Amino acid sequence: MKKIIYPFVLLLCWFALQPARAELTIEITSGTEGALPIAVVPFGWGGPGVPPEDVAGIVAADLTRSGQFAPLPEADMLSKPVRPEDISFRDWRAVGVDNLVIGRITPQGEGRYTVDFRLFDVFRGRQLSGYSFPTTRERLRETAHRVADIVYEALTGERGAFRTWIAYVTVTGDGDDRRYSLQVADSDGHNPRTVLRSRQPLMSPAWSPDARRLAYVTFEQETAEIYVQELASGERRKVASHQGINGAPAWSPDGRRLALTLSQDGNAEIYILSLDSDRLRRLTRHPGIDTEPAWAPDGRSLVFTSDRGGSPQLYRLAIDGGRPERLTFEGGYNASADFAPDGRHLALLHRDGRGAYRVAVQDLERGMLNLVSEGQLDESPSFAPNGRMILYATEVGGRGVLAAASVDGRVGQRLRLQEGVVREPAWSPFLE
Amino acid sequence: MNIRIGLVWTLALAVLSGCGTMDKRDADDVAVEDRGAATGAEGAQSRGLGADGDMRGMALDDPDSPLSVRTIYFEFDSSEVAAEDREVVAAHARYLSANPQQQVVLEGHADERGSREYNIGLGDRRAQSVRRMLEFQGVTPDQVRTVSYGEEKPAVEGHDEQAWRQNRRVEIVYMDQ
Repeated sequence: MKKIIYPFVLLLCWFALQPARAELTIEITSGTEGALPIAVVPFGWGGPGVPPEDVAGIVAADLTRSGQFAPLPEADMLSKPVRPEDISFRDWRAVGVDNLVIGRITPQGEGRYTVDFRLFDVFRGRQLSGYSFPTTRERLRETAHRVADIVYEALTGERGAFRTWIAYVTVTGDGDDRRYSLQVADSDGHNPRTVLRSRQPLMSPAWSPDARRLAYVTFEQETAEIYVQELASGERRKVASHQGINGAPAWSPDGRRLALTLSQDGNAEIYILSLDSDRLRRLTRHPGIDTEPAWAPDGRSLVFTSDRGGSPQLYRLAIDGGRPERLTFEGGYNASADFAPDGRHLALLHRDGRGAYRVAVQDLERGMLNLVSEGQLDESPSFAPNGRMILYATEVGGRGVLAAASVDGRVGQRLRLQEGVVREPAWSPFLE
Repeated sequence: MNIRIGLVWTLALAVLSGCGTMDKRDADDVAVEDRGAATGAEGAQSRGLGADGDMRGMALDDPDSPLSVRTIYFEFDSSEVAAEDREVVAAHARYLSANPQQQVVLEGHADERGSREYNIGLGDRRAQSVRRMLEFQGVTPDQVRTVSYGEEKPAVEGHDEQAWRQNRRVEIVYMDQ
């Protein structure tokens, strides 16, 4: 195994996470029935003119996208309190909201700000949470996502995943003019940054558990290779470049190993690569296609796709070896597994009775399979780090877009580019 | 090192494309590289080498030869070379055996349905299947390299069986020395 950084290429090439032009835009595609009514009042602004970001708007949009909250439209607000003493709880009870968020943005000079906010229980007239965050112009959106995470956790008891990132591949142009780009954006599609651009395919981005590195497959040398790239610096290291397939990288939960697919022995098999020692260990031995390893959160087993039984199905294999156990039996195509953080549920790609490829969730304890998406050619499911939403790729009007759905399939939204296609989404772990 | 290989490839491909046998392709691909110099060299070299009048190039160029068929198509989820294509593969095997310096890349492809990495597996299996036929007929392993692009480089855009049929394929790509 070669362990080479190409400093010369890096120097010429890398602009670590440079801003990309094309933003993803979000549209909510299905309902919010049973969502909790909440009011997020426009935040007070202590500076001249208009505030640099609509923090309350970002918080409300985050909560809406979760499907668990129905923020009150601004036009329906009877008052817009900024300070706790300005709140008339009776007004808020009258419009039927259970909870209320107020706050303000205070400029501190030189592009620095303080954002403080409070969350109230309207019926008890009591404060549930409140924080003050120092931030900057560039990080105001991130601070707003942090506020949304705190509100979400205070009211649902589960950790919010708004202040997270998504990685994805975009493609523009046709035929020989195709341009591939690996991007990272905020979880709401804003603030896209380019990780890598290539005239040859880029595939299978995978987040390290600390969310600081991406492993991916690149064909830039007209052969498949796997790189690990540090996002902050843009430095990258080639970790796999064998004859045949170098694909499907997946990080172990401790971040020290990659499971991957190689066909150097003449057939697609799963290997584990130790990143410290570059030692490679072969895990599967079967003439079928074995690929798409996904680590269980406890790091003790892998789920992978194999057609050893005649059609692609998911199997589970202990890291220490042993016989793979088949997990999926419904239908002739189950692939592309991603573990929920609870280790009990798998998101997967399932071909239904009509031949449509759809995202489904399988409960590993009960064996039940629930369909989550409704497209014809959906693929690449990826769980949010809190396990509540699944991001996947779908097609609308023949064009690739990203979609997110709640695990129960109740809520849906799409993220699309102005031009070109978006695919292979990977939701980051929690940041920090 | 990488850059140099990339350049050699670019030149090799440019020569073949000059002969009219190959798609014009570009090995020098990472967007961020300085492409100006390489492009210049490519153009100049292409003319220089093309004028040498390569005999092998002419054999490969004959439109009536089975060697002019460079794409083998496959059934859904299958990597079996169809009976009518076996003679095509055999012709390439004979040519490669007679020209042991000649190298080919077998590019395996799949249609867009299903998982991308599984499709990489399918494309690889198709390329391996052609490789085994070539090697069985005397081509040495050193002459053949495989790469699977899965569904990443469709020959035809489109979301119906007609497009899918044309995308399930192995392309035999001749490299220049």
